[in-house]
Amino acid sequence: MNRKTVELDEIDRKLINLIQLSFPVSTHPFLDIANEIGTTEEVVLSKLSRLKNEGIIRRIGPIINTRGIGGTNTLAAVKVPSDQIDKAAAVINKYDEVSHNYLRNEEFNVWFTVSAPTQARLDQILNEIQTELNCPLLDLPTIKQFKIQVNFHV
Amino acid sequence: MSEENVQKAYKSDSEQKHVWNAEMDATDEKLIRLIQDGIEFTHSPFSKAAAELGISEDEVVARLKNLISEKKVRRFGASIGHLALGFTANGMGVWDVPEDKIDEIGKVMATFNEVSHCYNRPRSEEWPYSMYTMIHGRTPEECEAVAKRISEAVGISEYKLVFSEKELKKKGVRI
Repeated sequence: MNRKTVELDEIDRKLINLIQLSFPVSTHPFLDIANEIGTTEEVVLSKLSRLKNEGIIRRIGPIINTRGIGGTNTLAAVKVPSDQIDKAAAVINKYDEVSHNYLRNEEFNVWFTVSAPTQARLDQILNEIQTELNCPLLDLPTIKQFKIQVNFHV
Repeated sequence: MSEENVQKAYKSDSEQKHVWNAEMDATDEKLIRLIQDGIEFTHSPFSKAAAELGISEDEVVARLKNLISEKKVRRFGASIGHLALGFTANGMGVWDVPEDKIDEIGKVMATFNEVSHCYNRPRSEEWPYSMYTMIHGRTPEECEAVAKRISEAVGISEYKLVFSEKELKKKGVRI
């Protein structure tokens, strides 16, 4: 997974660190950010647009807590023959409820997360995937969460 | 809101979507759907959603803050493309932790800055691991060094670091 790293200046770094965990929820958040780091709103907006175009920012928005809104989620893994990875990815990714999917260097090689409104819908999705792929599947729902804090410090 | 009213609100808002069954206010749900793919980078990024919902921008902000304090929204902020930032190594540590030590060890694992997620999940015969730590780094060696430090800190030597070879999908949860 080699790709060229985007060059970042001091303001870019401050912005990236701030907008992950301390994004101001306000009517004019980018002005607030500008005041916080000592620049203008114009600079903040143009820097953020560039970071979005470079793929460093995927989106700025609400991170939904599936269980907090009454839904449920799980981590699942399937053991897929290496020549069927593309097919497996297509089968799994067609569900909107699948948020992440990674190919990993393991016997169970395709790992994905599913979030659904109900346990019945979640089970239905896993059953359909298992039936369609005809592969062993691990269903690994969270028993206890000790930490969730994605923060890339630059 | 009664269950019947909740059902009604969901039906009128979004016929095609599956029903989320929390006691979620219909306006809150609509608001999330309007902004979940990301706000625009403008002076007033909530003005469109406010107009659409027929409420003020101040009310949008108040509703968002409330959703966060109710833990329906984990946080409001940026999702980062970690690959573009150079964090190209993504190692999922899987640990064989005895049941009676899960709480104690989970708390220690969570203190490592390099660990973004730390979860207890069910073990099985074919997959005998009970704890999961997601470790992001710039190189696999960096992740391995972190896993080794965790292993020493918690006294567990039965673990594996499973690296991602390819991102097949990354979207974030939507409702």
